[in-house]
Amino acid sequence: METTLQNVFDLAVTVNGTRYEQAVEPRILLSDFLRHDLGLTGTHVGCEHGVCGACTVLLDGEPVRSCLMFAVQAHGREVTTVEGLGTIDHLHPIQEAFQEAHGLQCGFCTPGILTTVKVFLEQNPNPSEEEIREALSGNLCRCTGYQHIVDAVQLAAEKMRK
Amino acid sequence: MKPAPFEYHAPTTTEEALSLLAEHGYDAKILAGGQSLIPMMNFRLVQPAILVDLNNIPDLAYINPGDDGGLRLGSMTRHHQVETSPLVAERAPLIHETMPKIAYPQVRSRGTFGGSISHADPSAELVALSVALDGNFRLRNRDGERWTPAREFFVGLFTTVLEPNELLVEASLPPMPPHSGWSLKEVARRPHDFALIGVAAVVTLDEKGLCQQARMVLISAGDVPMVAHKAVELLKGQAPTAEAIKAAAEVAATEDIDPSSDIHATAEFRRHLANVLSRRALEQAFQRAAENK
Ligand SMILES: Cc1cc2nc3c(=O)[nH]c(=O)nc-3n(C[C@H](O)[C@H](O)[C@H](O)COP(=O)(O)OP(=O)(O)OC[C@H]3O[C@@H](n4cnc5c(N)ncnc54)[C@H](O)[C@@H]3O)c2cc1C
Ligand code: FES
Ligand code: FES
Repeated sequence: METTLQNVFDLAVTVNGTRYEQAVEPRILLSDFLRHDLGLTGTHVGCEHGVCGACTVLLDGEPVRSCLMFAVQAHGREVTTVEGLGTIDHLHPIQEAFQEAHGLQCGFCTPGILTTVKVFLEQNPNPSEEEIREALSGNLCRCTGYQHIVDAVQLAAEKMRK
Repeated sequence: MKPAPFEYHAPTTTEEALSLLAEHGYDAKILAGGQSLIPMMNFRLVQPAILVDLNNIPDLAYINPGDDGGLRLGSMTRHHQVETSPLVAERAPLIHETMPKIAYPQVRSRGTFGGSISHADPSAELVALSVALDGNFRLRNRDGERWTPAREFFVGLFTTVLEPNELLVEASLPPMPPHSGWSLKEVARRPHDFALIGVAAVVTLDEKGLCQQARMVLISAGDVPMVAHKAVELLKGQAPTAEAIKAAAEVAATEDIDPSSDIHATAEFRRHLANVLSRRALEQAFQRAAENK
């Protein structure tokens, strides 16, 4: 990336496999770029200071807070949002498991949890309950009391091992 | 809220970053992992005119063995890299053990060693550990560099000796001497939150099993990482008996720290925790030192 002096930056970023080229102001948060510029409103914004986890996306496969990154910092990188996991007709096994095990109520926290869980289960295909709770420590849910989320992750792990 | 407008620079070399800092001085702010700076910008508590982003300088991210048997960490090394490094596990087990306690996986994939140190939050684990391990920091500006010991680096709340034109480029952590033990104990409302109180202890025994050297640093116990000087004086040259440890912990909690009250805990409760956690940290550190032949 080159040093830029003007206040607009030519951003090129791949999101869910599609390449986007767009001029953005450096102060635009990655979360806002995804939602407002690309219309990918699956990424939710809860707190904008890194605490709630609703905005979690994958940056080159690593879970990050999209509210704590500027969109320009994703230049040349690959971003995966919850929209990149599965489609309505072909849900990702994690999405299926959350549906079957009632891992959500209002669904506000769900996108951040699904993206976090995706990386977690790829690295740890057979986690204990404690490891699951540890992995989700950075995602707040105000509805479920977490038990069904933990159940859903266990079910997802089973599905993904098959 | 959203960040105020700023001019964005993304240098690809350390030299380029240093010239930008030399040119813009107080107007420029360094962006490392952004996990502390961006929340403050989102709230508009900080509104830098110019942002110098270090994320495109690969030369600043490394974990190398030091010639002295210790570690050299580049300032842009991510928390996640430190957490999963076998070299860190071998040479700085105290850091290895502590990393999972720092924030959440999504924050550790961006947050950096140098960012945490430069931010100088008295609640940050790495700030206290760098003092407990007697680390040194390499600071550079366009014209040269200087080394500062961690114990002299933190001068006030979120304040360090760094000048506006300086970059923290590297941390050097010496190895622990033989017969050393270590411990970090903390209490947080939820695991991974900032600690209400934390205690880092590093101790060394002599051939007779007496305490030769000890360093204990308390987290969230004052404006800077609080070094328990008086408590440690009580232990030096003594056998680390249960009574000696209890007495030292008492002194640490009453004389060595200056905790404040906030919505999370009263100062009184923090002193209580400091006493209990100092005792536990010292017990574990001395036990490990005895086992570490
Ligand atoms: C929800 C949440 C929970 C957290 N919990 C914890 C926790 O429990 N324990 C803990 O220790 N931390 C915690 N953190 C903080 C986290 O560890 C940060 O990553 C860290 O404090 C700052 O590192 P950074 O790389 O993100 O720095 P940034 O946010 O980019 O920068 C922080 C400050 O340091 C300056 N700076 C950065 N790098 C340099 C450099 N090389 N030279 C000079 N100045 C520099 C910046 O200008 C800025 O003022 C938490 C953060 C969040 C969002
Ligand atoms: S909106 Fe990003 S962590 Fe809450
Ligand atoms: S389902 Fe409502 S916040 Fe989690």
